[in-house]
Amino acid sequence: MDTFAALAHGMAVAVQPMNLLYALIGVFLGTAVGVLPGIGPALTVALLLPVTYKLDPGGSLIMFAGIYYGGMYGGSTTAILINTPGESASMATALEGNKMAKAGRGGPALATSAIGSFVAGTIATIGLAFLAPWLVDFAVRFGPEDYFALMCVAFVTVSATFGDSPIRGLTSLFIGLTLGLVGIDKLTGQARLAFGVPELLDGVEVTTLAVGLFALGEALYVASRRHHGEEKLEPVRGSLWMTKEDWKRSWKPWLRGTMFGFPIGALPAGGAEIPTFLSYSTEKRLTKHPEEFGKGAIEGVAGPEAANNASAAGTLVPLLTLGLPTSATAAMMLAGFQQYGLNPGPLLFAERPDLVWGLIASLFIANCMLLVLNLPLVGLWVRLLAIPQPWLYAGILVFATMGTIAAKPSVVELSMLAGFGVLGFLMRRFDFPIAPVVVGLILGPIAESQLRRALAISLGDPMTLLQSPISATLLGIALLALLAPFVLKGLGRFKANED
Amino acid sequence: MFQFSARLAGAAIALTLAAAPSLAQQLELKLMAPAAPGGGWDQTARSMQQALVASGVARSVQVTNVPGAGGSVGIAQFVNGAKGDGNQMMVNGFVMVGALAMNKSPVTLEQVTPIARLTEEIQVMVVPANSPIKTAQDLAAAVKADIAKVTFAGGSAGGVDHVMAALFAGAVGADAKKINYIPFSGGGESLAAILGGKVTAGISGLSEYEGQIKSGKLRAIGVTSEKRIAGSDIPTFKEQGIDLVIANWRSVVAPPGITPEQRKTLTDAVEKMVKSDAWKEILKQKGWEDAYLGGDAFADFLKKETVRVTDVLKSVGLVKS
Repeated sequence: MDTFAALAHGMAVAVQPMNLLYALIGVFLGTAVGVLPGIGPALTVALLLPVTYKLDPGGSLIMFAGIYYGGMYGGSTTAILINTPGESASMATALEGNKMAKAGRGGPALATSAIGSFVAGTIATIGLAFLAPWLVDFAVRFGPEDYFALMCVAFVTVSATFGDSPIRGLTSLFIGLTLGLVGIDKLTGQARLAFGVPELLDGVEVTTLAVGLFALGEALYVASRRHHGEEKLEPVRGSLWMTKEDWKRSWKPWLRGTMFGFPIGALPAGGAEIPTFLSYSTEKRLTKHPEEFGKGAIEGVAGPEAANNASAAGTLVPLLTLGLPTSATAAMMLAGFQQYGLNPGPLLFAERPDLVWGLIASLFIANCMLLVLNLPLVGLWVRLLAIPQPWLYAGILVFATMGTIAAKPSVVELSMLAGFGVLGFLMRRFDFPIAPVVVGLILGPIAESQLRRALAISLGDPMTLLQSPISATLLGIALLALLAPFVLKGLGRFKANED
Repeated sequence: MFQFSARLAGAAIALTLAAAPSLAQQLELKLMAPAAPGGGWDQTARSMQQALVASGVARSVQVTNVPGAGGSVGIAQFVNGAKGDGNQMMVNGFVMVGALAMNKSPVTLEQVTPIARLTEEIQVMVVPANSPIKTAQDLAAAVKADIAKVTFAGGSAGGVDHVMAALFAGAVGADAKKINYIPFSGGGESLAAILGGKVTAGISGLSEYEGQIKSGKLRAIGVTSEKRIAGSDIPTFKEQGIDLVIANWRSVVAPPGITPEQRKTLTDAVEKMVKSDAWKEILKQKGWEDAYLGGDAFADFLKKETVRVTDVLKSVGLVKS
């Protein structure tokens, strides 16, 4: 059966009324939990597993996929409106998105993120349908040394999130890297910087840090500025919808974000965060409006949002073709497959084509549903910003705390949240960028353990980093990205001299 | 909020499985999974919840998750917070034994009241399909030739995969201290490293790699069960002359300080659950082996396993003696 026929057959499975209903329930639940920080799609699927045990396999898997996609949509809404990323993949969205919302452009920000997610999700799902077998061969060849090289590229490019002063940016980055050291070392099992507190052994939770720095820090900062004259927030300035100009500035970032998100999401240790950072920094470099970055540039929302949704589809590549769960939600979906006695893997496409293609087809449908569900809500969401500031920020505090407690019910976690909130306030007060802290926490531990794994496998020979063609290429890109600005500057001076 | 939803889910199951017999007793249990939702312990806890309610052994079961450090956080909270409470239980397993030793946990498994071992998963050692290594003896020869050059990929440091690699080296007469074990987070990443030919051999639970073995992408060179698994053509290590028997077991324990009557009630309840059709159905679905071992026999087993695992971890230098 060729791919088109299989997909058409899958569509027929997915549009059955019951399956449509499951998809709708899924995307609705997913959006709801995506909005709450801490409660992610993984937890939701875990809670639903025992309930869906009596349902038919196709229906419940379709629902789980809806939850997954929905979660990716929902996370961005809070990131844009109240600077509280629902999950770590929405962090890059918060950077420009929240600035846009404050400038009265929350409508276009939400719209570009919803449409971008739709475009990216659709392209990536097509990729999943047609490229999965090929892509998975590539993904499996990605070894620890290649991951390390990818991290090097990410580190070099995140300087785009640094703001204006590299020294301040690097200071922030190193705070994040240090936080990344906390907990049990993955390779030796020894505790580092945990100070005998058992709750610290698993390291610092990314969402706790992000919510603390972004949401709590912001609330404290706003409270401290109240006597300096209140900042007036206008919920809507200009058009609620995207203007022609917005469209023109969005479509390329959508496509580029998809190009980052899908392949990296398909890597077994790729994840959704790295492509969002890469996309953000790429857009910052390529934009025709560099002056708007840091003040609310629409490209900075469109790109990362597309990237995080595309990576969600990417994650399904190794899950369906190898049975490899590469994210917490994918692991729960794997458990879902197993509860019906199905083992995702090389044989699943051959054994249960109806199920696999039904699932892929329902992803298209889930995507359309999400767009229909989210666009009309834009008008409603931006009204949130009309709430008087003290109320709004009090609400954010309650919201953030609740989400953290739901994810990890412990006093230590709550104290960390508060601590990070104060840190976020101080960093704002003294003008340090906060994004690099979270970037450091996410990338640091991955880079460290992949490098050490690579060296353990090569018996300590660092040349392994150059012997792998993938790694050598990526390191080359990193070097180029590092040197290019200096070289260009040098050339510029040369030219200036000539004049 | 989370506990509330767990209760909701419990209620929903009770509704779905309206067939619940009327002999439901007064047992209202709280069951802790000392891990995040989704992992093995969480699934065990939620399966117990399902089976306990469906078989009418308990009226309601509430599952709570306390994730952290291989269960170290959960057990500390359990031992201190649930002391003397005959309506609480906690799921645990092999990994917790190692985690407690490595994290120098002030709370130990000696403090809890053992109830029963429930399931176990057989471990498998695999090599990529194109590897020159065909049998466990080939690998043993490679290990004896130069142990540092043989790389093993598996799960977290000090977990069952790591212990198995060390036991393998010891069993073939090599120095376990020198094994080159590369921990990956989760089966996914390590599988990629094995398929990609980055490491010599991979270690995991059998069910996790079954699909890859059947499709011919991985070659299984040995399983860790005592006897060959029915209907499987993978040889055991024992029949290849290597004394390596290990299983990733999961069990359930009660808090310290409960009365003998309370202990008996819980042991009986779990025994009844294990014998129920609902539980058997779940085992079949999840591919878990029934490894029920109740009461004192389990207490003995737990003690022996703790000594064995701690010794291995000391030998590879993960636990300082």
